[in-house]
Amino acid sequence: MKLNGKAWKFGADIDTDRIIPARYLNTSDPKELAKHCMEDADPSFASRVQAGDVIVADKNFGCGSSREHAPIAIKASGVACVIAKSFARIFYRNSFNMGLPILECEEAADSTESGDVIEVDMSTGEIVNVTKGTRFKARPIPPFMQELIAAGGLMESIRKKGAV
Amino acid sequence: MKPMTITEKILARHAGLKEVAPGELINAKVDIALGNDITAPIAISEFRRIGAKKVFNRNKVVLVPDHFTPNKDIKSAEQCKILRDFAREHKLKHYYDGGEVGVEHALLPEKGVVVPGDLVIGADSHTCTYGALGAFSTGVGSTDLAAVMITGELWFKVPESMKFVFNGRLRKWVSGKDLILHIIGEIGVDGALYRAMEFTGKAIDNLSMDSRMSMCNMAIEAGAKSGIIAPDATTEAYVSKRAERPYKFYSSDADAAYSEVREYDCAEIEPKVACPHLPENTKNVSDVKNVSIDQVVIGSCTNGRLEDLEVAAKILRGKKIAKNLRLIIIPATPFIYNEAMKKGWFDIFLKAGAIISPPTCGPCLGGHMGILAAGERALATTNRNFLGRMGDVKSEVYLANPAVAAATAIKGRIAHPDEVTK
Repeated sequence: MKLNGKAWKFGADIDTDRIIPARYLNTSDPKELAKHCMEDADPSFASRVQAGDVIVADKNFGCGSSREHAPIAIKASGVACVIAKSFARIFYRNSFNMGLPILECEEAADSTESGDVIEVDMSTGEIVNVTKGTRFKARPIPPFMQELIAAGGLMESIRKKGAV
Repeated sequence: MKPMTITEKILARHAGLKEVAPGELINAKVDIALGNDITAPIAISEFRRIGAKKVFNRNKVVLVPDHFTPNKDIKSAEQCKILRDFAREHKLKHYYDGGEVGVEHALLPEKGVVVPGDLVIGADSHTCTYGALGAFSTGVGSTDLAAVMITGELWFKVPESMKFVFNGRLRKWVSGKDLILHIIGEIGVDGALYRAMEFTGKAIDNLSMDSRMSMCNMAIEAGAKSGIIAPDATTEAYVSKRAERPYKFYSSDADAAYSEVREYDCAEIEPKVACPHLPENTKNVSDVKNVSIDQVVIGSCTNGRLEDLEVAAKILRGKKIAKNLRLIIIPATPFIYNEAMKKGWFDIFLKAGAIISPPTCGPCLGGHMGILAAGERALATTNRNFLGRMGDVKSEVYLANPAVAAATAIKGRIAHPDEVTK
């Protein structure tokens, strides 16, 4: 799977309250959540983000609350992939479970600026900053997580196992 | 057999294995699976979407609508109704609503629903609280919860363990909250990322259950998967009269492996305040005394228990809170509410000028019952001070223990409890 989009750069420790503030958690409708995605980090994000864009962040992206509304809001806003130096563990789990592609790559996070055009090959973990002409390799996705993605997420893997 | 930590032993047992090692992926049986009014609606919708008909065990799926209750608006009411209907349909034993609802992580230990040796998952990041009972307990998302509701099992990566040893005796006014804030101040909000935090040492042995729960509750604020304290006589005294199931005490082997061991001398630890906008921005309370405060909140899954209200009552007795400051006290469960009332603490709080709220997560996550306007500043006994956490993005939250919170309410600025008790 190849992705290509414009980068939105964020700093370290972007918590899930900033990704989707609790004042909007009285619904779980993805379209509603997307309207407020990243609102407390960049109020203009939701109105300006384009389908296929990429969020690039520093360390510990998605820390704090376990709300799955956070990756749901990001995915529904059209973001194709999140690249960060590291992810908080519940956000990491949630993203795989609900099918938001995420990659860990320190170098790409350091050198990318907002507006750079980014190409990502999810199968190889190769990240290209087209604007700057630089290439990076993301930390490989653990085989178990790859299986989960291949199965179509956690719920599909359960269905396939005949547990329902 | 190879030496193991308490965390590894509990995980091995639930995976049906003799031993496990950090990094290993396991499929483990879950004793209790928890959801609330924010996270469970998504889990229930996933449950239905893939055609599930039955929960794996009606005694082990627990739903607690505590975040936006009493329903703050029509949409929240609809979210809660999803839980209520599902609980009825599946005859869930542990569904708490109306006058029975409390803040989930105070309620479940109090009701004996979670017990030592359990493996607990909850679609709420502060599920790590139950480590205080000697259970492995961790927060997950709604999809994970849906999976467990159907199968009773979930995959886990066995975490590395970090050991935190607290030697000596706590100074006056220092509680479990200060110990965990001290740690987070040192290691940062991702200092324990993916790992299990194990708290031990003489000071932990002497710590009350309420204080142990405050500590384990905030393990997530260091990025940890879980926090845990080996059960002992204090745990036994708490659990024996509550547990609704048999329980088991596990402990770490003396030669178990840790990714890191950190030791602390409690004589050096003062009451702490975490400054905006991360729990790692901790300072000694005496170093931040000139910060004026508009609202004080005493409550939450971190510090809304009896011991917390007791220390607040002790400090507020016969005193008035500062003019132009709002003090909101939120007993975490109906039992705590009733006890506080019977002990006469409500008289103290009301005479001091406080608002007493029904049990709810309410303002902690900026839900309701005390939201901040732009430019306002709160000091709260809660667990997160992220940007905009309690209201407008231009508001600020400081975190502290209930004694500091009560002293601050009296002074109208951040205050050390000694300032109002001498």
